[in-house]
Amino acid sequence: MGFLSRLWAMIVKEAQQLRRDRLTFGMMFGIPIMQLLLFGFAINADPKGLPTAILSSDHTSLTRSLTSAIASTGYFSIVKVAASEREADELLQRGDVQFVITIPGGFTRKLVRHEPAQLAVEADATDPATTGPAIGAVAQAVAQTLSQELSGPLSSYRAGASPVDVVLHRRYNPEGVTRFNIVPGLLGIILTMTMVMMTALAVTRERERGTMENLLAMPVRPIEVMAGKIAPYILIGGVQVAVVLVAARLLFAVPFEGSFVLFGGATLLFITVNLAIGFTFSTIAQNQLQAMQMSFFFLMPSILLSGFAFPFRGMPGWAQVIGEVLPATHFLRIVRGLMLKAADLSQVSGEIAVLSLMLMIVSAVAISRYKVTLD
Amino acid sequence: MSGALAVDVHGLVKIYGTRTVVDHVDLAIAPGRICGFLGPNGSGKTTTLRMICGLLTPDGGSGTCLGHDIITARNAIKAQAGYMTQRFGLYEDLTIRENLEFVARLYLIPRLKERVDQSLERLGLASRQHQLTGSLSGGWKQRLALAACVLHEPKLLLLDEPTAGVDPKARRAFWDEIHALAAQGITVLVSTHYMDEAERCHEIAYIAYGKLMARGTADDIVAQSGLKAVVATGPGADRLAPELRDRPGITAAAAFGTTLHVCSPDGEALDRAIAPFRRDGLLWEPAVPTLEDVFIHLMGQAQDNALAA
Repeated sequence: MGFLSRLWAMIVKEAQQLRRDRLTFGMMFGIPIMQLLLFGFAINADPKGLPTAILSSDHTSLTRSLTSAIASTGYFSIVKVAASEREADELLQRGDVQFVITIPGGFTRKLVRHEPAQLAVEADATDPATTGPAIGAVAQAVAQTLSQELSGPLSSYRAGASPVDVVLHRRYNPEGVTRFNIVPGLLGIILTMTMVMMTALAVTRERERGTMENLLAMPVRPIEVMAGKIAPYILIGGVQVAVVLVAARLLFAVPFEGSFVLFGGATLLFITVNLAIGFTFSTIAQNQLQAMQMSFFFLMPSILLSGFAFPFRGMPGWAQVIGEVLPATHFLRIVRGLMLKAADLSQVSGEIAVLSLMLMIVSAVAISRYKVTLD
Repeated sequence: MSGALAVDVHGLVKIYGTRTVVDHVDLAIAPGRICGFLGPNGSGKTTTLRMICGLLTPDGGSGTCLGHDIITARNAIKAQAGYMTQRFGLYEDLTIRENLEFVARLYLIPRLKERVDQSLERLGLASRQHQLTGSLSGGWKQRLALAACVLHEPKLLLLDEPTAGVDPKARRAFWDEIHALAAQGITVLVSTHYMDEAERCHEIAYIAYGKLMARGTADDIVAQSGLKAVVATGPGADRLAPELRDRPGITAAAAFGTTLHVCSPDGEALDRAIAPFRRDGLLWEPAVPTLEDVFIHLMGQAQDNALAA
């Protein structure tokens, strides 16, 4: 009986301790619920409603029905009618749209004359997962439109091969290599994981080991403590970036199209944002376990909702809103833009501005939460 | 600073929730004095020390520390005072030298290497300077913590139970060091539970339940208490302690080896209490109350006050 009694004593003690640790207790329920919601609702491997621009040089009732048929497939959400090829290109490169569907001039006339007509679909293939199903949908929309619209002399088209050739251009990643999308994205995830966790533990460790009181009794300012704790990790982050970049190039042959300077600046900014977030966590967490849990709670949506693991555009609106709040989302766009799409400063400045804003807000929170006294 | 008080605080109050942890405490310490800060556990000693060195904001009261306001001039105080925390506050995963260098850098100490060398030499840890701090024994840790506290040559030292859990020899060495520092003109406010340490202080402040109960030299405090004490020697004297302790008017009855020490604020009550035990073989003699007697007496008083309030 001694075994059971002693076992029971341990169980009771553990349960009592667990009950006191509110955050851990909350996380035990919070994490499964979050996972359930994210995996159940937010993630969609068959993304629909992807933003699309139409560039039409042929304005007829046929092309209008074709456009609406494409929209009604559910895969495309026509957000823009581009006026020129340049505008369409710009939209694609900036990432405002995922597809540009180009209806060339004389499209209807060619059909009427029984000449083969072409429909060009340009896809942003940095994330190949989004392009596949969409292409099929275009072909289907074309066939459906033709069968409804073509009557009289053209009804002969209904049977037989489609007179319209849907041409797909995979931009930025012509071969649709998945790792071209994953590897740059991984950079964001690795940095989020290590930077947030390392700093989250940094201040909490001082408190847990009892060195905080001693530190506070000495003439050191909060900003000095924060910057001093963060600085070594910036260097570590830099090393991680270098390792991933070299591996991306040598092992996976991932291209690097954009500016290294811009990349360096954006990465430094992103690392600093993550460190500031980690620092904020560490001012909230009571012990290192809680700091770890908070980091994990932050990391999971960063993986799932940032566009790293699943297409960002494929997620429902609420999930995209959460995704927009995560620094990884913006960094991913910058990195993919720079590595694959040869983006320049003007095309990533929006994302950089968002990251800068995040840095300011998070730093303000961190500094206001870090106390100079023990009150 | 000559003439001006090193610590001069009035009416310090700290409230946690509904509990008044420090209740209108006044404290004045002249420069170069060693003031012992005594009181039972949870009496507000640590909280008071923290308020004096700017680690806590008082809920009431005001004062100066080294001439700087304790509420508005925290940084000036931190730069000139040294505070040694109750729990070891240096980094166990740094070496002894690295810890001292860290502290020296925070205080912007010039000629850093030289000063750290001197400090290590003085500590007698020069040969072990590259050892991890975590591997030091309790006594050495305390001495290292003290060395770190005085590295920037503070004018005031606040020591929070610096010798708790340290063996007598190491305690003796620690106190010799404190006296050496005081001789250089450093003011020391040191909290402790040990009576022998209290007696090594120039003066004592006794706090219980957040209230300052007594102030002065050890002799002053004993004399002011008006306590009467007797000592019984003889066979079985020490066994009488539990019986006498609960007699009316008795403050304390405690066995010291084979002798029994009894005290009371009331001489007559003391006589009445011991009357039944004035029997053969027991020798009852008047004695001087100890500091411990006085503190137990004061603690009882504070408890009564707290209950009455």
